[in-house]
Amino acid sequence: MSQSSISLPDHAGPAETIWHYVYIVICALVFMFLIAPLFVIIPLSFNAEPYFTFSKEMISLNPDAFSLRWYQDFLSKDIWQVSIRNSFFIAFASTILATALGTLAALGLSRPEMPYRAAFMGVLISPMIVPLIITAAGIFFFYATLNDYVQMTGSYFGIIIAHTVLGTPFVVITVTATLIGFDQSLVRAGAMLGADPTTVFFKIIMPLILPGVISGALFAFVTSFDEVVVVLFVASVDQQTIPRQMWAGIREQISPTILAVATILICVSIGLLAAVELLRRRSERLRGLSPG
Amino acid sequence: MSDAATMERLETADGTPLKVALTRALRRKRIRAVLLVMPLFAFLFITFLYPIGLMLFRSVDDPLVSENMPKTVAALRDWKAAELPGEEAFAALAADLEDARKSGNMGRLATRLNYETGGLRSTITRTARRAGKLEAPYKPQILEISEDWGKLETWATIKRLGDRFTAVQYVAALDRKYDAQANIVQLPEDQRIYVTLFMRTMWMSIVVTVSCLLLGFPIAYMLASLPLKHSNLLMILVLLPFWTSLLVRTTSWIVLLQTQGVLNDIMVFLHLIDDKGRVQLIFNATGTVIAMTQILLPFMVLPLYSVMKTISPSYMRAAQSLGAHRFLAYGRVYLPQTLPGIGAGCLLVFILAIGYYITPALVGGQDGQMISNMIAFHMQKSLNWGLAAALGGILLAGVIVLYWVYNKIVGVERLKLG
Repeated sequence: MSQSSISLPDHAGPAETIWHYVYIVICALVFMFLIAPLFVIIPLSFNAEPYFTFSKEMISLNPDAFSLRWYQDFLSKDIWQVSIRNSFFIAFASTILATALGTLAALGLSRPEMPYRAAFMGVLISPMIVPLIITAAGIFFFYATLNDYVQMTGSYFGIIIAHTVLGTPFVVITVTATLIGFDQSLVRAGAMLGADPTTVFFKIIMPLILPGVISGALFAFVTSFDEVVVVLFVASVDQQTIPRQMWAGIREQISPTILAVATILICVSIGLLAAVELLRRRSERLRGLSPG
Repeated sequence: MSDAATMERLETADGTPLKVALTRALRRKRIRAVLLVMPLFAFLFITFLYPIGLMLFRSVDDPLVSENMPKTVAALRDWKAAELPGEEAFAALAADLEDARKSGNMGRLATRLNYETGGLRSTITRTARRAGKLEAPYKPQILEISEDWGKLETWATIKRLGDRFTAVQYVAALDRKYDAQANIVQLPEDQRIYVTLFMRTMWMSIVVTVSCLLLGFPIAYMLASLPLKHSNLLMILVLLPFWTSLLVRTTSWIVLLQTQGVLNDIMVFLHLIDDKGRVQLIFNATGTVIAMTQILLPFMVLPLYSVMKTISPSYMRAAQSLGAHRFLAYGRVYLPQTLPGIGAGCLLVFILAIGYYITPALVGGQDGQMISNMIAFHMQKSLNWGLAAALGGILLAGVIVLYWVYNKIVGVERLKLG
C-alpha cells in the first residue's frame, strides 16, 4: 500500500503529473550527486596518461588509452607497502580494543537498572561529535606530557589508543541498537536452567548481539583505516598510513596513483557495506523486526 | 490486611525482610550495570576527556613570562602604567634577559611577547644580547637600545603576561587586545581575523546544512515510500559514500571540479562555457561547500528516513479524502510530522560541519578555510599553542551546546548508522 504515495494516482491532474516527473528527476540527480564522484575515479585510475581528465582515446574506448601503470606504481613503491601494513595493523589493533570496550559498555547501558543512562551515553558518544582537530590537539598535548615516561608520540601504541577512542562510539551505537527489544527473560531462562553468567553471555547474549558487534567492529575498523588528523599530529615517519600518504599526495603532487589507491579503497568499502547490510538483515530477522 | 503490611511481614529464606532484600538486589544490579560501563568510561576519561581538559587548561595557562622574567614582573607589581617604570624595573629587565639568554629560553620568550605586541621579538633579542654588558644606571642605556622600552604598552604587556593565568588568549581569539591601561579594545579592522573566520565557519555550515536538507528531503521521502525491496537498493547508494574513505571522496571532488576537470570538460563540450571561461569550482568556498554537502548528506538522509518511515500513509489519504489538495495535504499534514527528523538531521549535520577540517584543508584554497584549519595552523605552523587552544575552546563550547540541545530534543541513543 505504501507504494501508492510515490506512484502517480489515476486521478492526477496535469500539475501533479508534471510535478511527479520533476520529483523523480530531482531524486535521480541527488542520487547521482551522491554516487557519481566515486564512479568517476574508477575509470580515471586506468588512464594511461598522468592526467585527471578523460582523454579522447579513453572516451572512444581505445584500449591503448587504458593501463594498469598506476596500480603497478602503487604495488611497487615501498612507501605504499609500508603504509598498507601500518594501516591494517593499527586498524586491527584499535578495532579489537574498541569492540571489547564498546560492547561491554553497551551491555551495561542497555540494562534497565543503569543509572544516569543519558548522561553516560552522551559522554561515551562524544568522541564522534567533538571536532577531530580538538581531539587530535588534546591527545597531542597529553602524549607530550607522557613522553617522559612512555614514548607515545611517534609510536604505534599511541596511535592505536587514539584510534580506539574514535572507534568506540560506533560500537556503542550499533550494539545498543541490537539490544533494543532484547528479551531479558532469555537470560533468566538460561540462568534458571543452570547456566552461570559467563555461559549465558556466550551461549545466549553473544549470538543475538553478534551482528551488532560485528558491524560496530567494521565501523571502528573503517574509522581507524580512514583517519588522518590524529596521525598527522602524533605519528612519525615510521607510522605512515594509507590516508596519511594520500593526504600528502593530494597536498603536494596529486598523481594518478592516488586514484588507483582510491579505487581499491572504494572496492573495500563496497565489500564492507555489503557485509554490514547482510548482518543488519540477519539481525532484524533474528529479532523478528522485519520480513526481509 | 493491606498489601503494604504483607510486604513488611514477608521474609526471604534467610530472614531478611523482602523489601530490604529487593532494594539490595536492585542496588547490586545497578552496580553491575555501572561496572560494565566503567572500563570504557575510564578509558575515555584518561585518553579523551583529560587530554581535552589539558588543552583547555593550556588556553588560560601562560607561564612563559612569569617564569622567565620574575624580577621584572616583581618590579612592575605596583606600577600603574601612567608613566615609564623607574630604574629598578630596568635593572630587573637587564638581569632577567641576561638569565633568559643563558638558560636558552630567550627565543620562546621573545616569540611569546611578539604575539602580544608586534615587533617585540627583535627588541627582546637585541636587548638580551647586550644586557650582560650593561651597568647601572640601566634606564638610559636600555632606552637607547630600542625605543620600544620607552613605550608604556611594552611594559604593560610584560606586566599583564606576568600573571600566569590569563584570559589573554581568548581576548586574542576574539580579535581584541589589551591596551596599556588594561582595557580590552578591538583590533584595527585589517588585523581582525578570527571573528570573521568564526562567522564564515558558521555561515558555511549553515549553507551545507540547508543544502543537505534540500537534497536529502526528497530522497529520504522516496526511500521511505518505496517498498522495502526497492528502497534497500537505493539505500545502498546513500550508504556507500558513507563507507568510503573521506580522502577518496575529497580526491574525487578535486578530479571532478578542478578547472581542467571532468565537470568543466563536460560544460565546454556542451558549449555551455567557453574553453577560456572555465569556472573555478574548487580550491575556494564553493568547492568546500559542494564536497562537504556530499560527504554529510547521509547524516541528513538517515534520520529523515527513520522518521518518515514511521509516518502512516493513511494520514495523507485521510486529508485528501476530506477534500485537501495533494499539495496542501503534503504541507499541512505530512511535513509537520517530519519535523523531528528535520531537527535531528540539521543539528547533526551542523555539528559535524562546524568542526570540519580535512575537506576544507584539501579543497578550500584561501577563502574556503574554516576555524579548524586555523587551529591546525597554530598547532603545527605558527606553534602558538595557547591561541590554538583558545580557538579550540570556543569551537568546543559551541559544539557542546549544540550537542546538549541534540541530546535533549533528539536523544543520542536515537543516533543511527544505517
